Amino acid sequence: MRHLLSAADLDRDEVTAILDQAEEMSQVQSRPVKKLPALRGRTVVNLFFEDSTRTRSSFELAGKWLSADVINVSAKGSSVSKGESLRDTVQTIAAMGVDALVIRHHASGAPLQTTQWIDAHVVNAGDGTHEHPTQSLLDAFTMRRHFRSLGDDSFVGKRVLIVGDITHSRVARSNVLLLQTLGAEVTLVAPPTLLPSGVGSWPVSVNTDFDAALPTADVVMMLRVQKERMSGGYFPTPREYTVGYGLTRDRLATMPEHAVICHPGPMNRGLEISADAADGAASRILDQVAAGVAVRMSVLYQLLGGDEDK
Amino acid sequence: MDPTDHGVDPGTPGHEGRVVLNEAEISRAVTRMAHQILEADHDAALVLLGIPTRGVPLAHRLATAMEQADGRTVPVGALDITLYRDDLREQPTRPVGRTVLPTGIDGATVILVDDVLYSGRTIRAALDALGDLGRPRAVRLAVLVDRGHRELPIRADHVGKNLPTSSTETVRVRLAETDDVTEVRISKGDHA
Amino acid sequence: MSNQTSNERNGVDHTLITGVRLADGTRADLYLAGGLLADPAGATDDAVRVDGDGLLALPGLVDLHTHLRQPGREDAETVATGTEAAARGGYTAVFAMANTNPVTDTAEAAEHLVDIAAREAHAQVQPIGAVSKGLHGEELAELGLMARSRAAVKVFSDDGKCVDDARLMRRALEYVRAFDGVVAQHAQDPRLAGPDACCHEGEVSGRLGLPGWPSVAESSVVARDVQLARHTRSRLHVCHVSSAETVEVLRWAKGLGVQVTAEVTPHHLLLTTDELTGYDPTYKVNPPLRPAEDVHAVREALADGTIDIVATDHAPHARHDKEHAFGEAAFGMLGLETALAVVIETMVNNELIDWSRLVSAMSTLPARIGGLTRQGGGLTVGAPANVVLVDPTRRRTVARDDSRSLSRNNPYHGRDLPDPVVSTWWQGRRTYSA
Repeated sequence: MRHLLSAADLDRDEVTAILDQAEEMSQVQSRPVKKLPALRGRTVVNLFFEDSTRTRSSFELAGKWLSADVINVSAKGSSVSKGESLRDTVQTIAAMGVDALVIRHHASGAPLQTTQWIDAHVVNAGDGTHEHPTQSLLDAFTMRRHFRSLGDDSFVGKRVLIVGDITHSRVARSNVLLLQTLGAEVTLVAPPTLLPSGVGSWPVSVNTDFDAALPTADVVMMLRVQKERMSGGYFPTPREYTVGYGLTRDRLATMPEHAVICHPGPMNRGLEISADAADGAASRILDQVAAGVAVRMSVLYQLLGGDEDK
Repeated sequence: MDPTDHGVDPGTPGHEGRVVLNEAEISRAVTRMAHQILEADHDAALVLLGIPTRGVPLAHRLATAMEQADGRTVPVGALDITLYRDDLREQPTRPVGRTVLPTGIDGATVILVDDVLYSGRTIRAALDALGDLGRPRAVRLAVLVDRGHRELPIRADHVGKNLPTSSTETVRVRLAETDDVTEVRISKGDHA
Repeated sequence: MSNQTSNERNGVDHTLITGVRLADGTRADLYLAGGLLADPAGATDDAVRVDGDGLLALPGLVDLHTHLRQPGREDAETVATGTEAAARGGYTAVFAMANTNPVTDTAEAAEHLVDIAAREAHAQVQPIGAVSKGLHGEELAELGLMARSRAAVKVFSDDGKCVDDARLMRRALEYVRAFDGVVAQHAQDPRLAGPDACCHEGEVSGRLGLPGWPSVAESSVVARDVQLARHTRSRLHVCHVSSAETVEVLRWAKGLGVQVTAEVTPHHLLLTTDELTGYDPTYKVNPPLRPAEDVHAVREALADGTIDIVATDHAPHARHDKEHAFGEAAFGMLGLETALAVVIETMVNNELIDWSRLVSAMSTLPARIGGLTRQGGGLTVGAPANVVLVDPTRRRTVARDDSRSLSRNNPYHGRDLPDPVVSTWWQGRRTYSA
């Protein structure tokens, strides 16, 4: 595997291997010596054009716990305003001799474009509204642990609801692709204005009625909705959004007993998710956060641990 | 793929070469090693850690033998050394195996268990892995077969069978827990 | 390739092209003398002879929509390099859009461009004047002064931006009637197609996570503008039609007798939004590449005359303006050198139009709409000697570095296309030879 740009880059066996490996590597988190030597001597640069404390620290820890040398470069304030093209920015970093670039960018497609200009491995840490493949992997990791606790860790036939601003969500796109690969059945729930154009051709069901879709869900993944979307006319007020599409206390009661709640964070408590839902027994939100480092260790090891040319 | 590469042919069932240890002989060797371990470290808190793949069932066999010999229950686990290998970069990324520590190892006498001792690099990796997991009081090595050709200053404390080999030969250990038969077979040709 | 023959260097520009086929299928000889087409029977012995056997002779092509980038971005293109590229594409005249820096919104700016062209151009350069001051879309620019200037501006456009204020559009249409001007609209509703929108809004953009804009942002503006044109009894020209919806509006408007003309770019005749899957900013353009249904609709419209002409919207960009993330890269593609090739490939070779229709779409009508009297007059004796010699069978694999333009944002790189232009003569002077 040379790059991880999209959740669609992985087939079912590859996903399983990454998740299994992440299980093994997650043990490091509880050891006194949080170190594995596998990536010793490798250099990883987190090149973030967009702020993200959580994802960046997650990748940073993942690299460091694998003994790689990790540096963070903040390229915020678009290169356009500095007069430097994206190509020049990434080639300058890569010219220092890095093995992998972990790129987060506010524009869709930037990591893919980068692979045309440099030799290093590229990991997409979130590009615009396009994809966030490691997020979908840690979501799958969290879901799989839950399914195992119920005695059946297969995704086949499991019903996953993804609720919220699908149009602008890279987490949604990656999850749709990854869950399809794993055989789950995905339903997207959103008001019509927040469903992406062409969603009819996606391998998903679509429902604008949250209450109708909820009673058969195995997993409910709530997406953050940005209040700024109101100014684009996507929905009239936050309270109308919450009544229609929020995981309120009432809706929590209609969820199946065994179902769990996920959220990629950061949460707008009270808007798309109530405190009861976020903090209740069904919530796996903190597990998702904990899973992030182990999954990213597994991804970095998968890309950099061996030599794919041999 | 078997992550422990001793020059042992990983998976193709073949019947080339000759059997140097049959099932009964393996069983006797395990029993003898169990007695030796108990005698050498009779006062210590023992932990058996098998190195995947076949070191793990061997470690379980040793534990059973030690229970039968002494009534002692020794905790058994697995220590995967993939991430500590010194040749990671020379191959495509290797999958990571399971590490299971049945108990803490600080202050314990850890018995590393593997099927074949060859270059010694696997054991070197295992020692590094142990170092990141804690501080054992002592580390011993028990192997079913020592085939010589050490590349590092490593030696086994307990050996089932010393088997001088040439580096062009292949030694293959099979155990019923993981393979279709229990035997140690040596054959000509480099299957590694 | 020398652009001058020995007797041109001596000040004599006599060229006899023998045995060519014309667009109507007849065979002819063409005699270029003194900048005009003259009777071949009077050809002098020292005239340069060009064997046109097997070749087509067309009137020099006229591009109603080009971006020359001078003044302001001479690193991307100049009048000299842009018109060299034009000559290579068989063009003898280009209309230069006003969105330079500074904007061409005064008589002085328009005359400045004319003066540069007089010194350096390889084709006739006709400045287009801005509709609004600074292209801000608020106040009318000095349309009348520009029309009266040495630049004789007839076409006005804020292209790059849409004149979305209905009242301003109405005033502009009314005002230019006094001197038979025409307002050329870049139809893109800025609210439906906001500043982030970088492609067609549809299945591909939804999948790729790119913010796009739907065709209705174009057709709704055209629908308004044709009604304003009807109300003001003025001439309207619609730039770069990209969608089936806009074609429907044009058909309706023309049926009512509205004085509206429309253009389509070569890239909208060939390329679809599927080109975006690699996020290559070479394919980022406004209006965007649309799905196949729209490509078919604009082809049909060009064939039946609903869309009158082809115009390149040649938009050179320096590499550092394109080598950005897709959403941040500049909009636009090169077009002058490949326009004829693409039109031959998509329209002539597909038997949607014949050569006569091609001539009207790429020479006669653009000149007429833009008010150029010395272009697009056909290949009759007495007409200015603007001729392009074409080999419709020759083909090549397009190489982006093989270009007279300063820029390299060529969307056809690596594609197999016709390579039709053999030679171009502007006012009897050969400006290109293959």
